[in-house]
Amino acid sequence: MNPTETLTELISVRGVSKSFATEGGEKNVLDDVSFSIREGEIVALLGRSGSGKSTLLRCVAGLIAPSEGEVAYRGKRLNGANPGTALVFQSFALLPWLTVIENVELGLEAKGVKTAERRERALRAIDIIGLDGFESAYPKELSGGMRQRVGFARAIVVEPDVLLMDEPFSALDVLTSENLRSELVRMWADGSMPTRTALIVTHNIEEAIQLADRVLVLDSNPGRIKAELSVPMPKPRDRRSPEFEALVDEVYGILTGQKAEPRRETLAATAGDAAAASGLDVPLPTASTGALGGLVGLLAARGGTEGLAEIADDLRYEIDDLLPVVDAALLLKLARPHGPDLRITEQGRRYAAADPLRAKEQFATLAVEAAPLVRRIVRELRHSDSGAIRADDVLAELKAFYGDDDAEQQLDTAIDWGRYGELFEFDADSDRLLLPTHPDAAAGVPSA
Amino acid sequence: MPLLRQVPGAGVLRRPRLRWADILVAAAIVVVLYLVARASAGATAPLNLEAPQAISTDPANLPYYALRSLLRMFAALAASVVFTFVVATAAARLPRAEKIILPALDILQSVPILGFLSVTVTGFIALFPGSTLGLEAASVFAIFTSQAWNMAFSFHSSLVSQPDDLDEAARLMRLTKWERFWKLDVPSGMIPLVWNGMMSFGGGWFFLAASEAVTVGNTSFSLPGVGAYVAAAVGAGELDHVGYAILTMAIMVLGVNFLFWRPLVAWAERFRNEDTAAADRPRSVVLGILSRSSIPRGFGRAIAPVNRVFDAATRPFGIAEHPLHVPALRRRAGDVAVVVVVAAAITYGAYWAYVFIDSTAGLGSFGEAFLHGLITLLRVVVIIVLATIVWVPIGVWIGMNPRISRLAQPVVQLLASFPANFLFPFVIAFFVAAHIPLDIGGIVLMALGSQWYILFNVIAGASAIPTDLRQAMESFGLGRWQRWRRLILPGVFPSYVTGGITAAGGAWNAAIVAEVVSYNHQTLTATGLGADIAQATSSGDMAHVLVGVLVMSVFVVGINRLFWRRLYRIAETRFAL
Repeated sequence: MNPTETLTELISVRGVSKSFATEGGEKNVLDDVSFSIREGEIVALLGRSGSGKSTLLRCVAGLIAPSEGEVAYRGKRLNGANPGTALVFQSFALLPWLTVIENVELGLEAKGVKTAERRERALRAIDIIGLDGFESAYPKELSGGMRQRVGFARAIVVEPDVLLMDEPFSALDVLTSENLRSELVRMWADGSMPTRTALIVTHNIEEAIQLADRVLVLDSNPGRIKAELSVPMPKPRDRRSPEFEALVDEVYGILTGQKAEPRRETLAATAGDAAAASGLDVPLPTASTGALGGLVGLLAARGGTEGLAEIADDLRYEIDDLLPVVDAALLLKLARPHGPDLRITEQGRRYAAADPLRAKEQFATLAVEAAPLVRRIVRELRHSDSGAIRADDVLAELKAFYGDDDAEQQLDTAIDWGRYGELFEFDADSDRLLLPTHPDAAAGVPSA
Repeated sequence: MPLLRQVPGAGVLRRPRLRWADILVAAAIVVVLYLVARASAGATAPLNLEAPQAISTDPANLPYYALRSLLRMFAALAASVVFTFVVATAAARLPRAEKIILPALDILQSVPILGFLSVTVTGFIALFPGSTLGLEAASVFAIFTSQAWNMAFSFHSSLVSQPDDLDEAARLMRLTKWERFWKLDVPSGMIPLVWNGMMSFGGGWFFLAASEAVTVGNTSFSLPGVGAYVAAAVGAGELDHVGYAILTMAIMVLGVNFLFWRPLVAWAERFRNEDTAAADRPRSVVLGILSRSSIPRGFGRAIAPVNRVFDAATRPFGIAEHPLHVPALRRRAGDVAVVVVVAAAITYGAYWAYVFIDSTAGLGSFGEAFLHGLITLLRVVVIIVLATIVWVPIGVWIGMNPRISRLAQPVVQLLASFPANFLFPFVIAFFVAAHIPLDIGGIVLMALGSQWYILFNVIAGASAIPTDLRQAMESFGLGRWQRWRRLILPGVFPSYVTGGITAAGGAWNAAIVAEVVSYNHQTLTATGLGADIAQATSSGDMAHVLVGVLVMSVFVVGINRLFWRRLYRIAETRFAL
């Protein structure tokens, strides 16, 4: 079902940007995003964490206001919750004190639908979604999969023009989410689903390709549309078919092709080039040293080259978990991209083969060379008279470039890397970063 | 597809033959209605200011007096709930209102309520001329002021900490304001509200006892009630009658707990927003009987049309949603208007108070009040230090032994809610006999009611220390002192701070009734700010009352800010388990 231009445009997103105030300036989450959703099509927003995809969805739902640009529903600019949408939440968001049927009826009650009609429509939605027999159960008595069914029933009972879904399957285990997903595909295929237009936010590439007619791939930091793919395959789609796999590989390529480029355009105006030169503006991939070692080891064991999709599949990793580790491997030049595959470098082979002490030394050298934040901390420590600097100062500087949470995550990652490479230590009690030679840094001597 | 299918509910599947629960519940409803009617009939009696109603110390009157007191307590609770719903919701939903309401509540929470008794009694008598209703209202208001601020704070914090996803779901479903309030706001705040209401109700007995018999401007007022009964018995030196009153009081506290709060707490569990039910969820015999009877369900069906009427009637107020875009000019104008109005009100009030005090008591009275405040502060500090030394180890011992804790918890709860002023007569009789000056003895009186908060909170904190941490400490063979330093003290610290704030606040309030006491036609007086306020109240010297209350509020608010808040922050950042 290829959407044609003649179909009604239900939702239009025009030049939407969204930034949040941080201590040092502003954090730009979305940057000039435009797209539209036409009647009868299913659109997927795909991106890794930090791409602002959930923020974008909430702009479409009219729950938050964009900083710039506008969202319109049927040509009318939103100024509050979008009347033509219903949202299926990642966390289900059911009211625990209401039974299944009361939860489903709530939206109709809000519309002022009379009791008898309300009951009838709720029961029909419950029927469609496969919840018969659970009407009088409370959500806490249900499994995750059944709860999300209630979430779907609650959304479709009001017959919205557009069904919004915010990572609806990611809180479920693999089997349950697979089951629910294929039922959703079936409902759309056999016409039992009253709402035919949908926007789904996901970080699962296969999910996006399985469900959507159109996939919008979002870039991270700040979020903007990086690529748009249409998925012309008929549904239900066979995930083992060459077409499907080719699309998955293509998306992986788009997602990893992203370089850790300096984010000059998101700099606070006051920060300027001095800060850019200090390396604070190049984000560290938030990967733990343990996971990094594991990935390089896996590549070495597989003969040096392996597809990203296979790695994710083997490890049961979502791309949100895998991509930061891949980024870290690329940053430290332990591996390099090779089409949709990842290939180990000579350096990587040495790292994988080294004993733990050697590996640490090698890691330390690479981190100082390639990770600007780590290098910056080491340099400052060496230049300070006491061999100690306050972690708060580093954090304050980071906050000029990142939101509060991201700044803390950057520092945490840097500390993890520094500790592993024995480049520096962190004393949580005094909140200081210390050179290993600092008297307080003698690891293992308790203060008591 | 069936058009109207029956939804199988628990009640349809299980049809109990035995309807004894229905009979029991119906009988209970009749009894409650009769008692309420009986008690409220007396509340509107004409008031003769020349010959105030005499309180008989005949124990035969106690059941009726108890009933009247109980009615006051529940009237105050109902008023507190309504206040909480309106004010806390306004603070949570209107950003400008929040900026005014929260600081106001914070200060109101810390001011000595009893100091206002004189003002409110005079005001309410003027409001209901020639009827005891004015006195009743003043008493209810005194109890209300001891409960409402706390409850409003608790409800406000549950409103603003509502899970984001539930808020978003409610907005997208376009619930009306009324629907959102009853479907989301009240249920999600129910558990903290019920617990807070229960604790505040316990604290309310103290104010009930203090407000039933008051002397304002050399006129004594008393209302039929246990508090007034005790006052009369103490004035006549009849300790045996005080004993009867204490017994009545204990029965009331336990009875209300069993028949009202336990069922309510157990019922509120259904609003817990958790996947798994707690292992030891509160249970109640009364709730068990209620749920076995079909009367509550029938009642629910009967009021369903009423709900529909309210739902339809409140629809015009619109949906619970705020506009995403507000023109900056209009927003700014609104801000300015609110600031101007509030600033004008505060300036006018401050100016009025300044002129009033300057022309009557003189500004110099602030200095004296401050010095006396320091003396009272010393008493409060002694109480907190002693209570800490005594109750922290005991509380930890109780809390870490689940069996003892199960037995001790209700006892401590009873002690905490039992109005300390009922026990005053015995202690005062002892002071008189042993020639102990009230300057020292007052400390004991003030401690009688306030110390329990420390014990109560430490028990709760100690029982929340995870068992695996305790076992780890034991397996490492840590000594007793090491264990205290490394695990127990950090573990109970946050709850200790909560208990400490409450205990200190209670002690300040108690100073007003504990620094001047009369027993058997004698009056003992201690030097202190509490005594100043009490004496100014009974002689009708409003200026000195105002000065005393202002200075005491400054003390309480100042110490909270400078001392307790800091401890709180340490507790939150360093010692949160």
